[in-house]
Amino acid sequence: MKVFHFTEQPYFPAWDSHEGSLRIVLPNRKCDPARAANLFHRYYDEWQLADALGFDIMVNEHHSTATCLSSTVVVTLSVLARQTTRARLLVLGYPIAHRSDPLRMAEELATIDVISRGRLEMGFVKGVPYEIPVANTNPVFVVERFWEAHDFIIKAMTSHDEPFNWEGEYFQYRHVNIWPRPYQQPHPPVWSTTSSRTNARVLGERGYVIATLGSGYNTRALFDAYREGWAAAGRTGPAAPDRFAYLGLVAIAANEDEARRRGELVAGYPRTSAIVAPQFRNPPGFLSVADNARLLQGKTPPRSYTKDGRVINMATASVQELIDAAIMFCGTPDQVYAQIADFTEHCGGLGNLLMMGQAGHLSHDDTVDSLQLFAREVMPRLAEMKQPVATAAA
Amino acid sequence: MSAADAIATKIIAGAKIELIERGSGRPLVFLHPGIGIDPGAAVLDRLAEGARVIAPVHPGFGRSELPRGMTSVDDLAYFYLDLFEELDLADAVVVGVSFGAWIAAEIAVKTTARLSHLVLADAFGIKVGDRETRDIADIFAMTEAQVAERAYCDPAGARRDYARMDEADLMVVARNREATARFGWSPYMHDPKLKGRLHRIRIPTLVLWGDSDRIVAPDYGRAYAAAIPGARFELIERAGHFPHLEQPDNFARRVLAFAAAPGRAP
Repeated sequence: MKVFHFTEQPYFPAWDSHEGSLRIVLPNRKCDPARAANLFHRYYDEWQLADALGFDIMVNEHHSTATCLSSTVVVTLSVLARQTTRARLLVLGYPIAHRSDPLRMAEELATIDVISRGRLEMGFVKGVPYEIPVANTNPVFVVERFWEAHDFIIKAMTSHDEPFNWEGEYFQYRHVNIWPRPYQQPHPPVWSTTSSRTNARVLGERGYVIATLGSGYNTRALFDAYREGWAAAGRTGPAAPDRFAYLGLVAIAANEDEARRRGELVAGYPRTSAIVAPQFRNPPGFLSVADNARLLQGKTPPRSYTKDGRVINMATASVQELIDAAIMFCGTPDQVYAQIADFTEHCGGLGNLLMMGQAGHLSHDDTVDSLQLFAREVMPRLAEMKQPVATAAA
Repeated sequence: MSAADAIATKIIAGAKIELIERGSGRPLVFLHPGIGIDPGAAVLDRLAEGARVIAPVHPGFGRSELPRGMTSVDDLAYFYLDLFEELDLADAVVVGVSFGAWIAAEIAVKTTARLSHLVLADAFGIKVGDRETRDIADIFAMTEAQVAERAYCDPAGARRDYARMDEADLMVVARNREATARFGWSPYMHDPKLKGRLHRIRIPTLVLWGDSDRIVAPDYGRAYAAAIPGARFELIERAGHFPHLEQPDNFARRVLAFAAAPGRAP
């Protein structure tokens, strides 16, 4: 199992005075640029440490929000491509449907792949609903735009003999011929996220890496949909564990009391992530008509399940509930290893742990200590752990 | 509306759409706003007292099919030109409300060959103010209660109890919201070219406006009327953005009276 260190790069100093929305409408006068600079440097320091300790690295972006300072992940990747030496650099994700210019995205990603000497992992995402009002992309067309942008980027990265033209539904180009071309051939690996079985199956058909967040003990259903798509595409043999990724919060310490204290701090992520003014939570067309009809009736689809089948609400759950739902792995190194190993069994194989090793108010010193402890006590055991390899039929 | 009140369907330009027909006499095409049209709406009966009412449910709304590739109000306008031909309408009165009035205006700038009168009520469609001023309230940045507060003279009358609606009707509500975004997300509820084309409308045009409309204010309606040669502007009292719902009698009376006056010059 590979372990990626991730932080949303929260701007937590603004979390106490948000008037109901940390995203979209929270005025940026609440962002002190000097504090933002200190936080950026701190998070980059932690990623450099993670690189030195043997972790891989995950980065992301969100927009107009105090939950995530990174609004342009290309900057993060650019800094880390130069300042780290060995870690894989996973962007999860790059919201390709929301950007106006996939040619520019192909150039940026290819350049980062070259500078990092082939360490880029390209996670393409459709983004959370709160990205829509700021990007101003028509939510009704996001899925179609996503796949056209994807098709274009892959073609731009894999065409080497002559410029090509593109006259698509959403994007038009002439003389497409990116320099530099990507370091990895034919192109950096593609990842994507989903919380629906339908999309999971599509990712399986394509053989891309599937990542889920907050799905807890419902993850197996998504991974099995992936396995169905994998098999339906005519592949022999099951999908290897490295096709599967799961984002879990990690709070680890030498003793359980300290781990629980860190768990409370790390839980700041799920407790703030969904603080958004209600009118921005469900842009039209983002969900299917059938899902929206159910929402009007007040039926929200449960997402997070504990191992014994209880539904929990990530935004309000206790640390114990987050642990029960495998949204957080928390405890001593032995406990954290046991929780991850158990969850890996549930998944039928899990080759990539996307570890939110910093979240919320977890301090730099605590983060450093957690990373060192995890690298020393847990990572070697995860690397040696025998992975189950499930087929579609669980 | 309930699923029991099924609306008849018709295939127009290859797409099966819902079409309400009522009354007899000269054709009056009613183009509904983004919230759709209830076949039980009083305004349809009032209009049918003086005309043959033809009220299609726009492609993508209600239970009307959405032809592939239809993404703009321009597409809808061409669709309705096909509908006018297939129904062989002549001297038709075209009445649109809100989003429907935007479609009506896009139709009329293309051709008024089959039209005699045009009525635009609380219309979307043009850009009036400067680039930092939204002429039309951003309904996608408001809760449903906030939208109702601005859209109705009496918001209490607008409340809908979703918990008591059946699945099929909730699907219609959800589909109407999605279709409104499909066609009007950005540029928000307008076509930057439309205002410069309104001079092409040379049939009698009435611009009607709810005096309490706070989705798009009466001054926007006055600007609309000023851009259409000879257009009249009238307010409807005690009505917001949907005067056909809040004042159906007054609305129908004004429309029918206007349509009774002479049409295009011979």
